[in-house]
Amino acid sequence: MRVYLSVLKLRLLNGMQYRSAALAGVATQFFWGFMIIMVFQAFYQNAADTQPISLKELITYIWLQQAFLVFVTVWFRDSELFDLITSGNIAYELCRPCELYGFWFAKLLAQRLSSAILRCFPILIFSFFLPRPYNMTFPPSLSAFLLFLTALMLGLLLLVAISMFLYISVFITMSPMGSLLIFGILGEFFAGLIIPVPLMPSWLQNIANVLPFRWTADFPFRVYSGHIPQKEALIGIAIQLVYLLVLVWLGRVSMNRILRKVVVQGG
Amino acid sequence: MKLYFKYLQILFKSQMQYRTSFWLLTVGQFFIPFAVFAGLYLLFERFGQIKGWQFFEVALCFAVIHMSFSLSECFARGFDMFSSLVVRGDFDRILVRPRSTFIQVLGSKFEFTKAGRLLQSALVLIWALSNLPIDWTLIKAITLVLMVTSGVFIFTGIYILAATMCFWTVQGLEVANIFTDGGREIAQYPLNIYQKWVTRFFTFVIPFGTVNYLPLLYLLGKNNGDDLLYILTPVLGSIFVLPCLLVWQMGVRHYRSTGS
Repeated sequence: MRVYLSVLKLRLLNGMQYRSAALAGVATQFFWGFMIIMVFQAFYQNAADTQPISLKELITYIWLQQAFLVFVTVWFRDSELFDLITSGNIAYELCRPCELYGFWFAKLLAQRLSSAILRCFPILIFSFFLPRPYNMTFPPSLSAFLLFLTALMLGLLLLVAISMFLYISVFITMSPMGSLLIFGILGEFFAGLIIPVPLMPSWLQNIANVLPFRWTADFPFRVYSGHIPQKEALIGIAIQLVYLLVLVWLGRVSMNRILRKVVVQGG
Repeated sequence: MKLYFKYLQILFKSQMQYRTSFWLLTVGQFFIPFAVFAGLYLLFERFGQIKGWQFFEVALCFAVIHMSFSLSECFARGFDMFSSLVVRGDFDRILVRPRSTFIQVLGSKFEFTKAGRLLQSALVLIWALSNLPIDWTLIKAITLVLMVTSGVFIFTGIYILAATMCFWTVQGLEVANIFTDGGREIAQYPLNIYQKWVTRFFTFVIPFGTVNYLPLLYLLGKNNGDDLLYILTPVLGSIFVLPCLLVWQMGVRHYRSTGS
């Protein structure tokens, strides 16, 4: 465990070096959030009946999405790992005295975490001070906020567990493009990045509920805005935990099985 | 021009070397905007309309801007990836050749895989047009073609501007994405759904409004009077590319090699 923690720490420090890139990212995401909110504002303006999520909750949802974008997007990836696999340098990684799954898990986790730490605070702080109706709002209660934090962290772990399958699949296909596409498009759609999950028609929502993607990002954001009541939030966190355990277990099993068959061509 | 087609031919051959990857990318390029369009469709299913605009009208708007975007990404990719030329000092090689820098950079990259994206928006265009009650005239057809071309010019202009910035900053600027990707996202809805200042900015500063919103009013018969002005707006929008070219020329003169 200590090994993984130190990998995490090193990578975190490493990721924090890219401050100007993060700043550019913040500007882009800020603009993006604004744009999406304006579109939804226009949609809501002459909507006939009441919608399943209020505009105020939706705006908070969108700002959280922008602030924690790296917790949602699958395409945020480590091409270094892909290169390791395709170039055969994986051999070095296998020599390390710790399990590859945990090692990479810690690496990927740190990458997302450092990127999020750099990006989320400027976006969140700015969005609180925006004029109405664009501003972000506080969560309804302290307990909702704590639940949100728990759900967010679990969601992050869950997303990393999902993205591990991406790297595992490269062992078989040798090219990340195909799996990136499938994971990217399906994952982002069902995580509510294109349209928020509560606004989907009910049949799509049913699909989204079964897939793990929604639990990574959509769920914590709705806990924050109070759109998901606290009792349901607790059940949701339990579901997240189950998903996490199952996916990590599956990932480890399939990775170990593939590693046994892996052939490193010399060079 | 002959040189440019020669470039294209070579690039096409080189990209076809990785056939599976080529097809996968093309298919992927088809599905990325497809997911966005599905989102648009679902939103209309829920809300019915957006500030008085119906689904197929917005779909037409979407198709036009996405077509222009994918075409410009095909052709002007060289400018989009320009920072790598500057960083590696490869731009020096281009400068010593006896041809214009513009055509060489333009020909340095061509993304044939964006055809997938183009196909997707073309399908949306056909679907939208077949469901809209437009009485077609020759002028309306010309306007539609003008809309798409004008969009290509504007996107290319932005790429050129962003590339020119590299002469000073060396690094590529992610911020330029706000105007290309962001502009595309903004202009996929009719511009009048936004706040006044956004509409103005994207009509007079970066003229995306002239690509689809204003001529779209004419196509759908929603404009009041002055047909000619609405037809000509795409042409006016295309003028955007001229100052961009001028800035590019200035930038080339300012260029200092990174060495290496």
